[in-house]
Amino acid sequence: MFLYPITFYLFSFIAVLSALMVISSKNPVNSVLFLILSFINSAGLFVLLGAEFLAMILVVVYVGAVAVLFLFVVMMLDINFIKLREGFLQYLPFGTLLGIVLIIELSILFLTKSFSNSNLINYSSSPTINDIENTKLIGEILYTDYFYLFQICGLILLVAMIGSITLTLRDRGQIKRQKISSQNYVDAKKAIEKKKVKIGEGV
Amino acid sequence: MLITLEHYLFLASIIFTIGILGIFLNKKNLIIILMSIELILLSVNINFIAFSSFLNEISGQIFAMLTLTVAAAEAAIGLAILVVFFRNLGSIEVNKINKLKG
Repeated sequence: MFLYPITFYLFSFIAVLSALMVISSKNPVNSVLFLILSFINSAGLFVLLGAEFLAMILVVVYVGAVAVLFLFVVMMLDINFIKLREGFLQYLPFGTLLGIVLIIELSILFLTKSFSNSNLINYSSSPTINDIENTKLIGEILYTDYFYLFQICGLILLVAMIGSITLTLRDRGQIKRQKISSQNYVDAKKAIEKKKVKIGEGV
Repeated sequence: MLITLEHYLFLASIIFTIGILGIFLNKKNLIIILMSIELILLSVNINFIAFSSFLNEISGQIFAMLTLTVAAAEAAIGLAILVVFFRNLGSIEVNKINKLKG
């Protein structure tokens, strides 16, 4: 009985602390690694909530793709990161005030209105979560009710892929490329020459 | 010691606030700003999945997947823009991004 709250507090504390370290650490490589830690702890929270498929997707997509992409870009660019941190302390008091105000406002939103009331629960039209396993349930609803959204997701990823390729592609000039027209205009009679070679003498 | 929906909502709002603060404090570093946006989207995902679990309704998890897709696309395009920007200017300071002004 006590295992669930202990696990929740453990995962959420590490998630919040590593999120704080993401924005406050001096080296962006450390920031990316703390971002990975934060994602993994959130995946643990998702498992606690019974969303195992989303937890695994979070680990695969975020840690495996997005965070590694960040790490790649941070390590590839030669940037003076110390210079970029100027003004961090200058905005810190006002930023902390802003954060406290924001979090109080957000807390008021969900503390004044209780979401845990029974009138909110049990109005769902789809099959309930406890009936069948999570992945099967997502698959059954994703390919039927939300099929167009699923297709649009694929289009978004396609546009993102094409966009990032065209943004970063550049013409270096010295690269030898295939010229199809000059290949087509090659005359076979001039390009190839036949010679009679005597055996044992060579050309 | 019962963990209710409000616990998850509070956790998500803390992570959301940290993301906002990251954008606010690291005004110059574009990479940290992109990472803060990822944190904000993560908090949105926590909200979606907490509501989906506590209301016994699966469609929240579908929308969390859509958020995940958009976050991945956004990270890819944002980092591509950052690489192009660094190649052109040799710096990633946000206040130097003013080439588009009319």
